[in-house]
Amino acid sequence: MNAHIVKAYDEELKTLHDLIRHMGELTVKQINDALQSILERNDRIAHKVIEDDYEIDLLETKVDSLAIRILALRQPVASDLRRVVAALKISNQVERIADYACNMAKRALLLNQMTPFPLTASLSFLVTNPKEMIEKVLSAFMTNNVDLALHVWQMDREVDDLYNAYLRQLFDEMILDPKNISPCTHLLFVAKNIERIGDQATNIAEAVYTMVTGKPFKESEPFKDVDEI
Amino acid sequence: MRLEYKINVKDLNLFYGEKQALFDINLGFPTYQTTALIGPSGCGKSSLLRCLNRMNDIVSSAHIKGQVLLDNKNIYSPSVDVVELRTRVGMVFQKPNPFPRSIYENVAYGPRVHRLFKTKAELDEIVEKNLVRAGLFQEVKDRLTQPATRLSGGQQQRLCIARAIAVNPEVILMDEPCSALDPIATAKVEELIDELREKFTIVIVTHNLQQAARVSQQTAFFHSGRLVEAGETGDLFTTPQDERTQGYITGRYG
Repeated sequence: MNAHIVKAYDEELKTLHDLIRHMGELTVKQINDALQSILERNDRIAHKVIEDDYEIDLLETKVDSLAIRILALRQPVASDLRRVVAALKISNQVERIADYACNMAKRALLLNQMTPFPLTASLSFLVTNPKEMIEKVLSAFMTNNVDLALHVWQMDREVDDLYNAYLRQLFDEMILDPKNISPCTHLLFVAKNIERIGDQATNIAEAVYTMVTGKPFKESEPFKDVDEI
Repeated sequence: MRLEYKINVKDLNLFYGEKQALFDINLGFPTYQTTALIGPSGCGKSSLLRCLNRMNDIVSSAHIKGQVLLDNKNIYSPSVDVVELRTRVGMVFQKPNPFPRSIYENVAYGPRVHRLFKTKAELDEIVEKNLVRAGLFQEVKDRLTQPATRLSGGQQQRLCIARAIAVNPEVILMDEPCSALDPIATAKVEELIDELREKFTIVIVTHNLQQAARVSQQTAFFHSGRLVEAGETGDLFTTPQDERTQGYITGRYG
């Protein structure tokens, strides 16, 4: 798309992108660190994740202010309007994802007080897809890539499958020995947070779809062949 | 009977001498709705507006091909009385142009010409009614005999609207009616346009895209004498279908 005649307008839209990209990068780092704090039983890293959450909150506030400023001063229409509205939604969703990372770190502090539990290691497996989804869906936002957004939307199915399989394993362990109930409950919450990260990434994918096509996600039924999840 | 379209433009081509100003325009103007015509300078939007009440007749080099149907009757057919046509299709211009007479006489002029009343009391009523409709009566009721030129620009423009509607037109054409007005006067005229829609079909040419978005139900975008895209105003400003519309309304080319 061509540049705006008013250059400052383009610069503001670029700043909006940069802020969201930065939010995304920090959030993925928070997820990595939260996972590390669980796997390595490291309280110091867990505390740092919890403390650093405010940085992402701050970025969300910045996105909000800038978006409101653009709405007021530039009165965007058409694709520009859809982009600013999408940015408002996406920053909110990324902030939520960061909260899930923070929740994982809080569980780490509890798990670290217990004896190590073998199923903990599988978390790194669970987290792979959701992290990739965040990176891809934000890239889809930056580049107006509907196909990539739809791909991310589809990736969530595997996240749900892995989560359900992991739950079954946890239940088995709890049935096997009531002593396992405590660590398994914490792991269950961690897994749930990871699964929710995938859900938020699909919400972002839907926002990107609407931003690029101008159509609401549900009515357009981009995948008629996908079963109800 | 209420038609879906008050005016229907069919295969309209307009020429000023050798130069073609409009190319194959097809556009319906929905009854009791406001249609905004937008586009860069020279795109043909004002030319189209002036075709709707044959204002181009006064340009000797202008000629048209195609039809403009008002209530399904071609206004360019030889049997049409242009004076009568212009009472049915009134016009408000960019710069307020009140006659150098009193406020009262400005509104009374049309009804006098068309003999729309029998007694002075009836004329008084017509003048008051139309000043009320134009949202101006409260501001001028104590000085109806004063020269209209003493009013502010915004008041003058609403007076011109009162004058235009005093002959009970069916369609009102507005050519940049707010471009010489401040934001408050503009808001008053826009509110007036919204109220007038109950009784009239309105066509407005405006360079102010936000104004088009605010006052119209249908928007048509013109470029280089061609109709690029027309549609429901909300749709056109959120999800335009044509790249050129998108570029123009988002401020990407001049």
